Amino acid sequence: MSNETVLGKNGVNEPISSFPDEDGHFGVYGGRFVSEILMQALDELNSEYERLSRDDAFQAELKSDLSHYVGRASPLYFAERLTDMAGGAKIYLKREDLNHTGAHKINNCIGQALLAKYMGKPRIIAETGAGQHGVASATVAARFGLACKVYMGSEDIERQSLNVYRMKLLGADVVPVTSGSRTLKDALSEAMRDWVANVDDTHYIIGTVAGPHPYPKLVRDFQSVIGRETKMQFADMHGGLPDALVACVGGGSNAMGIFYPFLEDASVRLVGVEAAGMGLDTGQHAAPLTAGNVGVLHGNRTYLMQDAHGQIIDTHSVSAGLDYPGVGPEHAWLKDIKRADYVAVTDEQALAAFRSLNLLEGILPALESAHAVAHGIDLARSMDRDKAIVINLSGRGDKDIPTMAKIDGITIT
Amino acid sequence: MSRLTIKVKANQAAGRKSLVAYIVAGDPVKDLTVKLMHAMVDAGVDIIELGFPFSDPEAEGPVIQLAHERALRHDTSLRDVLSMVEQFRQGDADTPVILMGYLNPIELMGYEEFCVSASGAGVDGTIIVNMPPEESGVFASQLENHDIESVYLLAPTTTDKRAAYITAQSRGFVYYVSLKGTTGASNLDVRDVGEKLSRFREISSLPVMVGFGIKDAATAAEVAQISDGVVVGSAIVSLMAKHDQDLERVITDVTGLLCGIRKSLDEI
Repeated sequence: MSNETVLGKNGVNEPISSFPDEDGHFGVYGGRFVSEILMQALDELNSEYERLSRDDAFQAELKSDLSHYVGRASPLYFAERLTDMAGGAKIYLKREDLNHTGAHKINNCIGQALLAKYMGKPRIIAETGAGQHGVASATVAARFGLACKVYMGSEDIERQSLNVYRMKLLGADVVPVTSGSRTLKDALSEAMRDWVANVDDTHYIIGTVAGPHPYPKLVRDFQSVIGRETKMQFADMHGGLPDALVACVGGGSNAMGIFYPFLEDASVRLVGVEAAGMGLDTGQHAAPLTAGNVGVLHGNRTYLMQDAHGQIIDTHSVSAGLDYPGVGPEHAWLKDIKRADYVAVTDEQALAAFRSLNLLEGILPALESAHAVAHGIDLARSMDRDKAIVINLSGRGDKDIPTMAKIDGITIT
Repeated sequence: MSRLTIKVKANQAAGRKSLVAYIVAGDPVKDLTVKLMHAMVDAGVDIIELGFPFSDPEAEGPVIQLAHERALRHDTSLRDVLSMVEQFRQGDADTPVILMGYLNPIELMGYEEFCVSASGAGVDGTIIVNMPPEESGVFASQLENHDIESVYLLAPTTTDKRAAYITAQSRGFVYYVSLKGTTGASNLDVRDVGEKLSRFREISSLPVMVGFGIKDAATAAEVAQISDGVVVGSAIVSLMAKHDQDLERVITDVTGLLCGIRKSLDEI
């Protein structure tokens, strides 16, 4: 089945995968809500990106680095013991945790660092929460010989000292952000401020499918290698198309990456899993699609966590990578047109799935990815044994060992 | 014609350079704002840009970020800001007030409700920092229906083509952000500003106010020589931060700064 279309702004049906429109809108979502100072840089980035996405040399270099540096294709793995435990549909794992630097983030960073190189920008900046995108950005900066500054909330710097040190080893300058709630959203604002002042020589590598146009599209495109590989690997291993794809959603880049090549395959159910934190009814969560409402932040219109006056509120998740009050605009749109479903999984459920995957498959997932695993197990259980699902295992969990040890009351020296 | 356009045109006709002053409503406390607005007018301010606070003021430098944080510490909401304007209007029917800030609080209130409340309160214009004219379609026409003028920004990076588009959408005046950076940055190059402004003047006859980097009477005078007026923001706001426990002192210092700038503008 390849017949999923939606009414475009010119009043005709367009394939879902043809969005955003030329101004970066997914329905009412997305767009370019930034200060005038950045408009020229975004226009330039957009036209350079459009040009390079058709440039053979650029594409060849990207492909080569994805194979030889990142280590793609990442395996698709049939999780037999997890499947038996769930007792329903077959569960496959897309192993993005096996990429260089341990997560899907590098796919986007390689692409954007190459963009910077082709655009002649010697300096990159990035924001980071848990430090994964910061590490991936610092890594590609080293690889391509670019100067790199990573903005990180001072709260997060305290919580993620290992990744901070790792970025420093990679030659990046890690800048603590002390404004606002001192977390990811403030780091993103601060990186935008840096970009405003240094647009001439700097490329800003946004780590997720959010931000002003063209970022949501560009990051999605670089991440969609995940879905393209999954489609081919699944056809080889199992035959046909999977019945469902499950991925965790913070900003939503790993989910868009695996969903995108399947958008027009109507038989494939797409499920995004947000962080319900302490529980949706406690307000201590990071689930804007499930429990937030529409607004404008960081350059795009999307679902947000906000109070009754339109102020952005603090989020909570045991997984720092999901701890963001917004979400990519394409997810907001896929929710509204009902092409994807969004659910939320609590800290407790994610921790249980984290343990299960260790014990049953010998795989240490990132706490972010453990959210997808938790819902994937429930979903598989609700389906017949002749069905099959793919869970995007977006990253590995070495970085989360200190958090887990703390929860278990163990002191690691 | 709104109070804003009337004031800008009258100043132009009289050869008076416009002095535009920016403060964040509710900084450092809600009670000070209306009093300070009147004091600023007495000190020679022509137009007030009243910032409405947002948790994530993306384009601001540290000084104004902290002002937003101070205002939010006691929950200054958009509704509070509108009632401050209403209160100000009881004592001042002439000075144009422009609300300046980020789109989200307005988006949540709803465009129509905002327009009705703002126009009822006596708001004359808006500057929504993160809403370029491309994204303002529906909202801009609702504002126009309620006689609220949308002021847009020009930047050093704005191309001639965009400048033509932006100045065609902007009402009252156009705000030239004089440097690549956030508010309160220090690297203002007046000659560079002059070159850009003469380019924009060929494109549009809309009056131009210049902001970002205007610190004192001297920079104000330099910049006003090549523009229709200046916007002073961070220089005022940093005085609020300095004496946030002594509100009388805030008023004295702010009016002192503004009187000095007014004097230098009038000497041009």
